[in-house]
Amino acid sequence: MLENFTAETLARMQFAFTVSFHIIFPAFSIGVASYLAVLNGLWLKTHDQTYLFLFNYWKKIFAVAFGMGVVSGIVMSYQFGTNWSVFADKTGPILGPLMAYEVLSAFFLEAGFLGIALFGRERVGNGLHMFAVCMVAFGTLMSATWILSVNSWMQTPVGYSINDVGQFIPEDWWQIVFNPSFPYRLVHMVMAAFLTTALVVGGVGALHLLRNKADAAARRMFSMAMWMLIVVAPLQIVAGDLHGLNTLAYQPVKVMAMEGHYDSHPEGGPLILFGIPNPEEKRIDYAIQIPKLSSLILKHDLNAPLAGLDTIPDEDEPPVTVVFWSFRIMISLGFAMLGLGVWSLWRRIRGRFYDDDLLKRAAIVMAPMGFVAVLAGWVTTEVGRQPFTVYGLLRTTDSLAPIEAPAVAVSLIAFIIVYFFVFGAGTYYILRLMNKPTATSDLEINDGPIRTAQNQFSEKINADPDSGAQGDNRGI
Amino acid sequence: MEFELSFIWAMIIAFAVLTYVILDGFDLGIGILFPSAKSEQDKSVMMNTIAPVWDGNETWLVMGGGGLFAVFPLAYAVIMPALYMPIILMLLALIFRGVAFEYRWRTVRWKPVWDFAFCAGSVVAAFTQGISLGALVQGIEVANRAYAGGWWDWLTPFSLLTGCAVVIGYGLLGSTWLIMKTEGDLQTRMRGYAKWLGIATLGFIGVVSMLTPFQDPAYFQRWFTLPGSIFSVLVPGLVGLCTWLLFIGLKQKKEAQPFLASLGLFVLSFIGILVSFYPNIVPPSLTIVEAAAPDSSLKFTLVGTMVLIPLILIYTAYAYWVFRGKVKPEDGYH
Repeated sequence: MLENFTAETLARMQFAFTVSFHIIFPAFSIGVASYLAVLNGLWLKTHDQTYLFLFNYWKKIFAVAFGMGVVSGIVMSYQFGTNWSVFADKTGPILGPLMAYEVLSAFFLEAGFLGIALFGRERVGNGLHMFAVCMVAFGTLMSATWILSVNSWMQTPVGYSINDVGQFIPEDWWQIVFNPSFPYRLVHMVMAAFLTTALVVGGVGALHLLRNKADAAARRMFSMAMWMLIVVAPLQIVAGDLHGLNTLAYQPVKVMAMEGHYDSHPEGGPLILFGIPNPEEKRIDYAIQIPKLSSLILKHDLNAPLAGLDTIPDEDEPPVTVVFWSFRIMISLGFAMLGLGVWSLWRRIRGRFYDDDLLKRAAIVMAPMGFVAVLAGWVTTEVGRQPFTVYGLLRTTDSLAPIEAPAVAVSLIAFIIVYFFVFGAGTYYILRLMNKPTATSDLEINDGPIRTAQNQFSEKINADPDSGAQGDNRGI
Repeated sequence: MEFELSFIWAMIIAFAVLTYVILDGFDLGIGILFPSAKSEQDKSVMMNTIAPVWDGNETWLVMGGGGLFAVFPLAYAVIMPALYMPIILMLLALIFRGVAFEYRWRTVRWKPVWDFAFCAGSVVAAFTQGISLGALVQGIEVANRAYAGGWWDWLTPFSLLTGCAVVIGYGLLGSTWLIMKTEGDLQTRMRGYAKWLGIATLGFIGVVSMLTPFQDPAYFQRWFTLPGSIFSVLVPGLVGLCTWLLFIGLKQKKEAQPFLASLGLFVLSFIGILVSFYPNIVPPSLTIVEAAAPDSSLKFTLVGTMVLIPLILIYTAYAYWVFRGKVKPEDGYH
């Protein structure tokens, strides 16, 4: 099946596959970790049981998603070496320390406090438990910060020199960490994670509201999620625009591919809304475009000249079709999120927030769209970086490990089978947890604070009147 | 100066790898011993002894890999392609093992599937780690800053032997951990297993130690010239001491002593490997100094490491302390 591919193609497929699977889990767990911290904080402050209930409800979902994120992340940290060892050798002196800081300041923090956050409330008390929950949330954000610094340096490398064996050598760590695209990428990604979580929480709330409009927990999560959406979606669009301008300054070729500008436009470039990229003929077929709008957006001047892909050598051109489409998917979903937020705000102002079933259905449809938008955004920026791993300096072709195609093919197939099996099952379990009713009165006994007590066993124990108390720990 | 920095880093990486081996060693050991559980209650107790800490334990593996990438990028770039198959297998096995912690509580029908995944994942992860160790001891062919061998080079009788050794050794760690963390019938059975696993582990340590000098004559030389010969005298003596403490502890039904003695055996074996390798980071020819990243990378990373590793050790110890004591079957299920 795969014998016609080169080791490089297979290794790229493998990286794209494993990293795409991986990003789904952190994109969700970054948001949920912060949401849990907010819920627990609100419960401690207000003593409103609904917050505690929601904390315990989302805690179980978080635990499954976090577990999947951890195991898929370990694969990433080794894949640089197994498949891209030349890249690892050359960029290790710069990217390695950043990743080491990610491990030291984020992974250990998350993992170290996760046990207490999940099982330890009764063992350490509410105060320390809250601290542990905050440390987990802080750890997820730290992790995002470091890894986005790494990725951004690959996009906009600065502060380095190159030694006689071809390694990138750090000259200025401040410049390296805070490289030109890093602040934009970090803000854009963290907000994307928050939006993704808000959409999922909103969708789950909407689902339970459709079943029972009076469900207090469902109302609370639906309301919180829609507030989040209306605040963050507009900010995200602004941040995305600024990120795009930053890309124009440092990676203009990527913007050409995003815009579908095969040709240069000396008197103002059109904004191509839709069309079919035709890489052979180097044009966009059936383009629907608004004249000069691209120049206005990118240069704030209707007649500003815009260079096209005709100005760069063919071997430096990224795959236009992929970038063109993924960019449009991301943008469309961004505006759809804004639309949902505005709709919900309008309903809220009119006092019919919990009554509009169409709004709830729309929220359910939108629930997974954050993941789609995150993936589309990453495809845009990563495929747009091609054919380089370190932009303009190290080609993807020159980054590959000295491995043989059959080895990569076998491992790629293994990854595909295992990921679909394992993460498919995990996603199914998460969906099942989300489908569980929220508002049953006996919920806190049967299913509430105990995260993992195995089901059969806990039922047996529950039947015993002496041990029917609630508890949050598993007594470990 | 460069020598000292890279040497300090070699020590830190060695520390991270050792910490991983002993911490995830008993986690994986519990997976290896999972089929010995007689009841659902046994299984849940066994798993619950490590549920709050396994994630932190596994992070040391990321630290080992990430740290190697950071400070010895060349070693990382050589070892990973050389050990391609065992590393990929280990990662896949760790995926099954890791998700089983959550999944098995989320389903009734498929619980046996995830129990099997937990056990098989642990066995395969331990076995491939042992294979990787054996392949590393045998040496990795390097030319022009890259791995120069084939993709089956790691598979030899010696690496299979070290693979088995690690599975058995982790089993010993797991059984003695359970002696410390459980009581009653499960604890009694673990005492029985620990005795045989202890004997087998010592057998493997002996055989691997005997065969190691034949993998590379340099190992022989390092052990029998100063300063290595100091260890040649000390290490066997200390292994004897740990062995005595282990079996006496088992006989006198001590709670923690068998576990600590088993940890001691692992630490000593690890020191033995370090003495054999030094001054190389990848035998037979890549030295610590050659593989090291430039000073600016080493210094930048060292500053944070010196602050963060002690902090990590403190809060990790705190997490263990919070979840100290015996795990009782009735705990947490009310």
